[in-house]
Parts: sequence; structure tokens; C-alpha cells
Amino acid sequence: MFEYMGDRISKAIKNIRGLGKITEDNINDAVREIRLALLEADVNYNVVKEFVNNVKEKALGMEVMNSLKPDEIFIKIVKDELVSLLGGEYAPLNTTDKFVVIMLCGLQGSGKTTASGKLANLLRKKYNRKPLLVACDIYRPAAVNQLEEIAKSLNIPIFKKDNAKVLDIAKEGIEYAKNNGLDYVIIDTAGRLQIDEELMHELQEVENNIPLNEVLLVIDAMMGQDAINVITGFNDALNLTGCILTKMDSNTKGGVALSLRHLTNVPIKFVGDSEKMDGLSEFYPVRMAERILDMGDILSIAEKVEGIISEDDAMEQAKKMQKGTFDLEDFLKTFKQIKKLGPLENIIKMLPQARSMGLNNISIDPKDLAHIEAIILSMTPYERKHPEILKATRKIRIAKGSGRTVEEVNRLLKQFESMKSMMKSISNGNMKMPF
Amino acid sequence: MGLFDKLKNLVSRKEEVKDKEEKETIENYEEGLKKTRDDVISKLNILGIKYTKVSEEYFEELESILIMADIGVNTVMKFMDKLRDRVKHENITDTNYLKEVIVDELLVIYVEGESLSDKININPNGPTVILMVGVNGVGKTTTIGKLAYKYKEEGKSVMLIAGDTFRAGAVPQLKIWAERTNSEFYGTDESDAASVIFEGLKKAKEDNIDIVLIDTAGRLQNKVNLMKELEKINKVIGMHVEGAPHETLLVIDAATGQNGIMQAKAFKEITNITGVVLTKLDGTAKGGIVLAIKEEVNLPVKFIGLGEKMTDLKPFDIENYIYALFKDVI
Repeated sequence: MFEYMGDRISKAIKNIRGLGKITEDNINDAVREIRLALLEADVNYNVVKEFVNNVKEKALGMEVMNSLKPDEIFIKIVKDELVSLLGGEYAPLNTTDKFVVIMLCGLQGSGKTTASGKLANLLRKKYNRKPLLVACDIYRPAAVNQLEEIAKSLNIPIFKKDNAKVLDIAKEGIEYAKNNGLDYVIIDTAGRLQIDEELMHELQEVENNIPLNEVLLVIDAMMGQDAINVITGFNDALNLTGCILTKMDSNTKGGVALSLRHLTNVPIKFVGDSEKMDGLSEFYPVRMAERILDMGDILSIAEKVEGIISEDDAMEQAKKMQKGTFDLEDFLKTFKQIKKLGPLENIIKMLPQARSMGLNNISIDPKDLAHIEAIILSMTPYERKHPEILKATRKIRIAKGSGRTVEEVNRLLKQFESMKSMMKSISNGNMKMPF
Repeated sequence: MGLFDKLKNLVSRKEEVKDKEEKETIENYEEGLKKTRDDVISKLNILGIKYTKVSEEYFEELESILIMADIGVNTVMKFMDKLRDRVKHENITDTNYLKEVIVDELLVIYVEGESLSDKININPNGPTVILMVGVNGVGKTTTIGKLAYKYKEEGKSVMLIAGDTFRAGAVPQLKIWAERTNSEFYGTDESDAASVIFEGLKKAKEDNIDIVLIDTAGRLQNKVNLMKELEKINKVIGMHVEGAPHETLLVIDAATGQNGIMQAKAFKEITNITGVVLTKLDGTAKGGIVLAIKEEVNLPVKFIGLGEKMTDLKPFDIENYIYALFKDVI
């Protein structure tokens, strides 16, 4: 996502390592690199200009302290500026009021309907709310069907009404929620251009007649320089309380994130990061800045893992790893839990130094993972606990059972063995972590 | 004759254009690109007023205008170098004249290199198969609806195949478009896109359909498994109708930034993309990314979407496009 931008910035900063003093001359190249990196990431032109000027000014004004090298100072300045661009503090969604009504709006195809579903799912799972989805996209063919299907798959109630005005549907939806013990109403609206006065008026009408706790703009992270016109347009017409940045799992350089808060003061509240219904994460500016600069985002990984892997399980498995009694049965269990975390690439990318270890472009075909699982599942429980008994005939049977080749079975066993011995030596303190 | 003069002719020709349809198309471009044009033009004009002489500040501001039109950093940097060269060689100091040079050079970006056909490749023996691909939310399904309308108007028989088996509500959405345009429709609730398409093509051949439009699920270009699925879809189509797909159109949202280049590259690697459909140009987005896509990936634009109506899909014409963008400068 931001890797590319981060890489260029890191490279630029490397060049000033070892300098005794920061002068205008010796940081010019680094500053230029940063400028191009930001522009290529679709960061708004004016924001780039300001950012670059700020960094330069601060860097030149900074005395080189004894304890810090010039590149360390420089990276700190860049990080601080990035954090302030990204909005500084974390801005949470209103999840505490007893009854909350929020409306999602945005351009066509930005991902409002999908985001509505993901948001409802998150609110129920993490905040124990009882959400209701209200289908107010009355224009796009089959948009209501889409929301219905999503609601059905999540088992979340939905309110819809044919041949009605948007305001009336929203009003009745809220009534419906109140009458049915639901406490969080999410209104999905039709995509519209911010210059379409008629349709913008429709949203204003909702805003003026219904007490909305939040109005969220859904915006595509792959947007270019026009993003700012869209955001300003929506923000001028409505009282936006936040944004959801979607499609962040593409390889977009995501410059919108850097322009958004700075130019409009509307905070980013969520980012959409996978196609699955749990692919919506709360947005933390500092963590994002650290990720851009390849400093890793362990906190987000920990949070993701927390919801899925129980502490007891983790402890038990860690003990087994230490003792070296970790077998294929445990491996399968861990494997299944990891799968629940969503695409593995997303997790790996958040590791510190992931980029310098070349892990950023790693792409894991879900099919490969499925093959591994199939091979293990084709073993008997006894075999999984004692993989050493696997000889030719058993291997042939396993290969046949899983539809893979004996070579693949062998490779898996070999990898498992080397992983096991590595885990053992790590936990015994005989080996240094690679980073 | 310079391209700029050609454009000028286009302006004067407009009054003489007898052909009603052609005139409508030009007007459609003007209307659809109004918001886009207002912005770029007013900026260029202010630039001309602010600086009567070509200077470093002038270049810097011009650079910002082009970058803000999403033309692409690499393309803009190259363009600026070229422009600086020309200014130096031809000793241009008048910003008014330079404006003409700018429009000229912008056109050159698009028309330079291999000349590419912007026509749709029609299969003379059997159905013409058009496959639509792209990332999520760019407007593939809507574009198919508009294309179906266009071909129905031309008196062709059309079938829409619902190959987007992933997104909730995608099949009914396409079905509504089939009803609106009075086209044939093939879609099931099966989850394997390739097999839906296989069956759909079989039916299209039996029914002697002229134009088959295939919808696919939106896929981000960095998702390996989804791109593999597209490869498979492609194979299935080729197995069924010889030489198909005759057109594989990559749909790109005009508001897309530099990621558009990566989209074009990635999709071109997997399928034989024959052209681009640039959608949502009726917003404030400039769609400048098509210039970068042409320059870096060598893909022509075949259609542009200028509005929400069924008639709002127009064949792309670079002269009309640039004319609409720079009308007031000329």
C-alpha cells in the first residue's frame, strides 16, 4: 500500500546518513526524492509543497545533537510531519451513545454498500451493538439486493421499502430499529457526484430532518488528485464527521490518506483492507506513519490476533514449541487460526523491516495454503503426532488423498522439521531474531 | 498541419457540421467535460495572465496543473523536459503562443508511437465477444448496459452474460440492464464464473447472437488468485468461440490516480487488453491518467462515460477530448 512511498523516502534518507551537518545543499536530493514519491502516491499537489517546505525548514533549523545522527533526526522530522498530515490523534466512531444513527455517502463505486455491511459486522462483533442496515440506494439497479445479500450473509437485519423517498425510508428505518430493539442504524445511500445538486440536496434533506450522529464519506484509496474536489464538495454540503478509505488492499500508494485530513480536517476513521466482511480496520495515524516508514505496526497485528486466537491456546502452543513437542496436529490448529486473520500478506507487511527483508511484495496464493492443509488433513491423527513414521507407502497414500504429489508431501515435512528446530533454538535463546 | 491547427479547424467546422449525429457527439463531449474543462482552462488562462513571459515560475505552475489533472508524474516530468527544450530551441517567450505548443505536445503524448485502433474488432463469423474487466467499483456493469443499448440501437442482437459471481447483487443488476435494453441474458447463481460464461457462450452461439457482452467481478490487480481466475475465464472463452474474446476492455474510473498505470500493466499481463473505457468523466475528474496509460502501457481509450443515461457512452476521440478540454484556450 504505502510501501513504495516509504521505500523512496527511506532511500532518500539513507543518503544523508553519515553527514556531519544538515545543510540546504546536502538535503536537496533527499527532499526532491520525497517530493516525487509523494506526488507519485497521488498526494495532493499543494499538500506536497507544504510538506516538503516544512520538512526542509525543520531539518535546517535542527542542530545536530550528539546522540542523534543526521538521518535519525531527518527521519524523525519526516515521521512527525507524516503523523500530523494523517491527522495526529485517533478519531473513533461514536459507539457509546445509546442509540446511534449514521449515514454513509460517496461517489459511485467507492464501496458504500460493502462498507455498510463491514461496519455493521464490526459494531456487532467489537462493540456488542445491534445494528440495522437501511437500504436507501434507490437508484442503482439491484443495489438493494446487494445490501440484502450482505445482510443475509452476516445475519444482520435490514430495512427496505419499495417506491419510497430516501428521507421516508430513513425515517421509517429508524422507527423500525427502535421498535425491534436495535440500537445502531446504518443508512446506505446511492452513489452521487458531489456536483449533482439535486442528489446532494436529497442527502441534505436527510441530514436536516433526522438527528444523525455521524455522516461518513466513503472514498476510494486509488483516487487521484480529484479526491480533494470530491471531499470538499461533500464536506461543504454535509457535516461530515469522518471518512472510510476503501480498497486499501490494492497496491495503491494511497496518497489520499495524506491529503484528506490536512485539507479538510475530516478524520479518517476506517480503512477497508480486504474483500471479506471483516476487512475493515480502525485507523490510527501514528501506526500508519510508522508503516509508511517501514517501522512496522506490531500493535495492529497484536490487535488482529487478539480477537481470533485465545491467550490460552497461544500459551499452550508456545510451550510446546519451546519443548519441541509441537507436532503437525498443533501446526494444523495454528494454521487454521492464522487463516482467520485474513490474507497472510497483510500481516507480514506490518512486520518491522518487512520491506528491507523483501517481504513487502510477497504474494501468497491461497491455493498453496489450501494444498498444505489438504496434505495434513490426509494424514491420520496418529501420523500428525508422529510424522517420523511416514515412509513411502504412507506418503503415497497421503499424496493420493490430498491430490498432491509425494514431492510436495516431502517438502512440507522437511519445512516443518526445519521450522520446528528453528522454533526450539529461538525459544532456547540460541539464535538471534533476524531483526 | 499542426495538431493545434487541426483542432482550430474542428472548432470552426463544428458550425458547418451537417451530420447531426457528429454534432451531437461533439456537444456531448463539451457538456460531459464541462466541469473538467472549467478547472483546467481557468488555471491555464490565469497562468497566461499571470505570466506574460515564460519563466521558471511559469513552468512550475504548469507542472502543478498537469499533475493535478492526474496525467502521471513520469509523463509530466518527461513532458516538462520536452517543453523546456522546445522553448529553448525555438526561443519562445510569449506565454500565449506557448499555450498552443502545450496543447500540441499533449496530443503528441497520445498519438505518438504505435498507432492504435480505437475501433471495436467485429467477428465476421459468429458472435463478437466483448469481455469487461477492471478493479472494483469502476462501472463495468453500467458500461455493459450502455454498450448493450448502443448495439441494440444499431440493430444487433445482444446477450449479456453475468460473469460477476462474486459481488452480492451483481447478477440482478446486470439482469435489470438486460431488461432495460431488451437484450438476452444469461446468468445463474452458480459461483464458478468460468462455467457460467461457458454455458452463456454456448447459448449465444445457438441463438445466433451478434454481440456478447461478458461482465466479470471487480478484482484488484494485486490479488493473485482473482487474476488467475481471469486467466481461466479467458481460456474458456477462447475454447468456445475462435479468436474470442475479440475485445477485452479495461474499465477505469476517471478519478483514478497513478494506480491506473499499475492496473493497466497488471491486467495487460494476464489478458490481451485491447482498449480502455474511461468512466465517470462527467464529474470533476480530468481522467488525465489515460495519457499516462497510453504512454507507459500503450493502451488506447475506446469509449468514455459522460453521464448516467444509457446514451452517455461515447466512442473516444482524442481530438474531441482535447478540444473539449481546451476549447476556451483555442
